[in-house]
Amino acid sequence: MTGDMTALQLVLTGDPGLFAIVRLSLLISLSAVLLAALVGVPVGALLALTRFRGREVPIVILNALMGLPPVVVGLAIFLLLSRSGPLGSWGILFTPQAMVIAQTVLVAPIIAALTRQTIEDLWVEYRDELAAMDVGPGHRIVTLIWDARFSLVTALLAGFGRAAAEVGAIIIVGGNIEGFTRTMTTAIALETSKGDLPLAVGLGLILIFIVILINAMAWAMRHVGERYAG
Amino acid sequence: MRAAASGLPLMFVEASIVAREVTILDRVTLTVTSGAPTILIGPNGSGKTSLLRAAMGLIPLSSGRITWGSRNTDTPPKSAIMFQRPTMLRRTAAANVRYALAAANVPRGQREEQAAELLALVGLGELGSRPARRLSGGEQQRLALARALARDPAVLFLDEPTASLDPYSTKAIEDIVCAVSARGVKVVMSTHDIGQAKRLAGDVVLLHRGRLIESTRAPEFFVTPHTEEARKFIAGELLV
Repeated sequence: MTGDMTALQLVLTGDPGLFAIVRLSLLISLSAVLLAALVGVPVGALLALTRFRGREVPIVILNALMGLPPVVVGLAIFLLLSRSGPLGSWGILFTPQAMVIAQTVLVAPIIAALTRQTIEDLWVEYRDELAAMDVGPGHRIVTLIWDARFSLVTALLAGFGRAAAEVGAIIIVGGNIEGFTRTMTTAIALETSKGDLPLAVGLGLILIFIVILINAMAWAMRHVGERYAG
Repeated sequence: MRAAASGLPLMFVEASIVAREVTILDRVTLTVTSGAPTILIGPNGSGKTSLLRAAMGLIPLSSGRITWGSRNTDTPPKSAIMFQRPTMLRRTAAANVRYALAAANVPRGQREEQAAELLALVGLGELGSRPARRLSGGEQQRLALARALARDPAVLFLDEPTASLDPYSTKAIEDIVCAVSARGVKVVMSTHDIGQAKRLAGDVVLLHRGRLIESTRAPEFFVTPHTEEARKFIAGELLV
């Protein structure tokens, strides 16, 4: 990466350093979204379909967790994973795995809360029909998640948006090690402070492009799904 | 669809439903026997829907009881209900029926064929691949009927199945009801369309403000009603 290249040149010439950063960023964010979905979707669905005393408490907490400050999450994960912390023996502080964990913690409440709302709305619609068909609780959850799948894409997208744009948590637990834990957002922060604006702008352009691309894909998926599946 | 086992008579004994201090059903005692359709009539809010839902076990009684069959068991036979505003699952028409077949424990290998038969029965044979929510109102009602029939019910509850449908769609539904009834399925249907009650009913049950006003054979009900409310309803006067 050369300082005298423009941002556009870096992108158009396929600068290997720049694209290594992009690859790692996508890998971390997509892994985090996948893990968060594995936790968040069932938790959200379960919360949507169960009724118990004090149910409002976890719902309020879940909604509040959507606004978790990334630096606080980063600090908490740092303390957990640091050598003297309870998970210090894992030895993954300042690795991409630690960054995935931090982003998963940030994204899971978003996916869970949006899933709960989506599934609950659909449950209101489906409740009578599924009860009349004698559909059991487990099968109900599967049905609702399946039939809400196109709406749930939006929840995953919101999670990805949070993960891809996040810098506060991953810079604490991953550092910003060139070629190892340097992502788009941490690199933008670093290069801006160093004055290497072309690289920072180039990464920023790619980040925006990725977010637009994923939004377009999600829109297309939803549109096609509604057209052909109803 | 196989010939249905009866599970009848269905008996409501002093059945009441009270919700938030509002009496929805008021000590209704009624016996539904096999044969031609039993038609529940009455103005809006008379308790028709609640009676059907209670019979299906979807809402509990506040007092009284519902029994099935000659042994007076409280376990209903295979029954199905079609709601006034059925919800289509977000799938194709055929997938909606296959889903109902799966819920009724029909083996996977038989679902495709049975779904096609049921769609053909309700006149939607050509629309199986269409997303259910993109069907017209009348087509959705017929699809809901196919879904209910997927349970192979002995008793089929229909809650105002033709409300707000055009005459063509209404006739399509009525033809299916007659066909299903002829196959031995007991149809218990609510309507506030007196003409429809005349066309379909074997027995008529008139409800008003949650109370059972009259329950009798259809010819008798329409020719010699026993109550003032029934006379007014048949004459098209407002029951308030």
